[in-house]
Amino acid sequence: MAKIETFYEVMRRQGITRRSFLKYCSLTAASLGLSPSFAPKIAHAMETKPRLPVLWLHGLECTCCSESFIRSAHPLAKDVILSMLSLDYDDTIMAAAGHQAEAIIEETITKYDGQFLLAVEGNAPLNQDGMSMIIAGKPFSEQLNRVSQHCKAIISWGSCASWGCVQAAAPNPTRAVPTHKHPGIANKPIIKVPGCPPIAEVMTAVIAYMITFEKIPELDRQGRPKMFYSQRIHDKCYRRPHFDAGQFVEEFDDEYARKGYCLYKVGCKGPTTYNACSTIRWNEGTSFPIQAGHGCIGCSEDGFWDKGSFYDRLSGIHQFGIESNADEVGGTAAAIVGGAVAVHAAASAIQRATSKTDQGDS
Amino acid sequence: MSDSSISTDMSHEITKHTEAVYVYEAPVRIWHWVNALAITVLCVTGYFIGAPLPTMPGDPSSSYLMGYIRFAHFASGYVLAVGMIGRIYWAFVGNHHAKQLFIPPITKEHIKGMIHEARWYAFMEKESVKCVGHNPLAQAAMFTMFVFGTFFMIITGFALYGEGAGMGSWQYEYFSAWVIPMFGASQDVHTFHHLGMWFLIIFIIAHVYASIREDIMSRQSMVSTMISGWRMFKDNRP
Repeated sequence: MAKIETFYEVMRRQGITRRSFLKYCSLTAASLGLSPSFAPKIAHAMETKPRLPVLWLHGLECTCCSESFIRSAHPLAKDVILSMLSLDYDDTIMAAAGHQAEAIIEETITKYDGQFLLAVEGNAPLNQDGMSMIIAGKPFSEQLNRVSQHCKAIISWGSCASWGCVQAAAPNPTRAVPTHKHPGIANKPIIKVPGCPPIAEVMTAVIAYMITFEKIPELDRQGRPKMFYSQRIHDKCYRRPHFDAGQFVEEFDDEYARKGYCLYKVGCKGPTTYNACSTIRWNEGTSFPIQAGHGCIGCSEDGFWDKGSFYDRLSGIHQFGIESNADEVGGTAAAIVGGAVAVHAAASAIQRATSKTDQGDS
Repeated sequence: MSDSSISTDMSHEITKHTEAVYVYEAPVRIWHWVNALAITVLCVTGYFIGAPLPTMPGDPSSSYLMGYIRFAHFASGYVLAVGMIGRIYWAFVGNHHAKQLFIPPITKEHIKGMIHEARWYAFMEKESVKCVGHNPLAQAAMFTMFVFGTFFMIITGFALYGEGAGMGSWQYEYFSAWVIPMFGASQDVHTFHHLGMWFLIIFIIAHVYASIREDIMSRQSMVSTMISGWRMFKDNRP
């Protein structure tokens, strides 16, 4: 097996100073929620461990995961991890094309069999024999299955690979399935990093964690790294005091919206969405949807497209008509039962009155 | 009902009694009214958590309305859950009527009784059956709507509470960790918890109406029984 460069060597080769490198290690430790003593450990791992080859496959997707990734707040994370990836295979940003590019997959499989990471962006459609997603003349699902047989672990980037996202929204005409439900996928650990797209720092930190500790991060029951997906947007939202006080935006553009009150009543999905937006934020920590005055739409949650309007708290229940929700269904049922009770009570009273009259007569 | 209906079998309580019978022991009665209060508070506060009251004026530090509403909801939820545990315990140590709530009415005689009671409610029978405990139809409603509904609400309720309590809390580990993946996502648990409230409200409408109507029209006391514990019979016929 060919000698693989370490991360440090890749960085130095790209003209990054040691000082910048150490800064990067501290930043990564901080973003992973580790104590300062872990910064030297990360540095040591980067200096000594051969870099982890990554194959980044693209299925049915919109490339928002890649777009997010290249905007990571730590320029070094972007430079280092991205250049590391592009060395191998990422059909959106790699230099190679056509047969050359496809040859890289075969090369990686033979050179690093069982050692490389498979990152999947997007998912595979199954209907029409997978013809809705063709890569190099073959259905994407074949490529996905083949590569998954040889990888070490799989990262499902974004909501597409994690849950299905928009292409799997009802009625899902192409029968797009997330990675873990794909028939024939190898039995390898799958790390879900949902979000549409996931936060750039979360993506780079997940990879940095695996490089440093040579193991996958601790996952919750649904396969998401606990360090970023263990709390809801609501739990750390800076507008939470307004929620607790009972101060809500009643409609967009009202006085309360200008005052920055809680967006719960205009459908914010923060209380049901597990992600790190309210702590890490976006675009180098500049802002996140709620800070910009729009409720969370719950993009990192399973099936968020099929839960009714983004502007209602309650999910749509389409079995009872396209516009109905729990309150309408329940309220209507309660009203019907209440009405039936009233009618029954009236009928009972009449019957009792008549039977008493009968008894009086007899 | 037929003359053969006398029975001491606890699963079949159609009776020939003519005197008063002590049915509901004190813990059952106390549980019933505490539970009724808890469910009322849970429904009202739960509704206002889903659809909050109009915005509070002033500085956020000066009010804590949602906080208090949620506190009342969680506190009543604990009362409901602890009460249910106590009630299950009493089903084992109490008299045999205390067990009836948890027994699905599936025997042949139950079904016969249920049909009779359904006909009685549809004005097709002149007289109700005479029961010491629940009548067979009431027993069916208690089991399928109240017992099932309450367990559903306790389980989904703790799952939602665990989301706020956070990973590592016992509510999260014992409830949220499996309930949320089972429903798919947190949002779905919220939706079903909300529907569960309406399910219980429908039960309450039917329960309150049927108790009062039975009190007036059937052959035994109802409302006073849950206060005094004694079932009174209005006639001496079987």
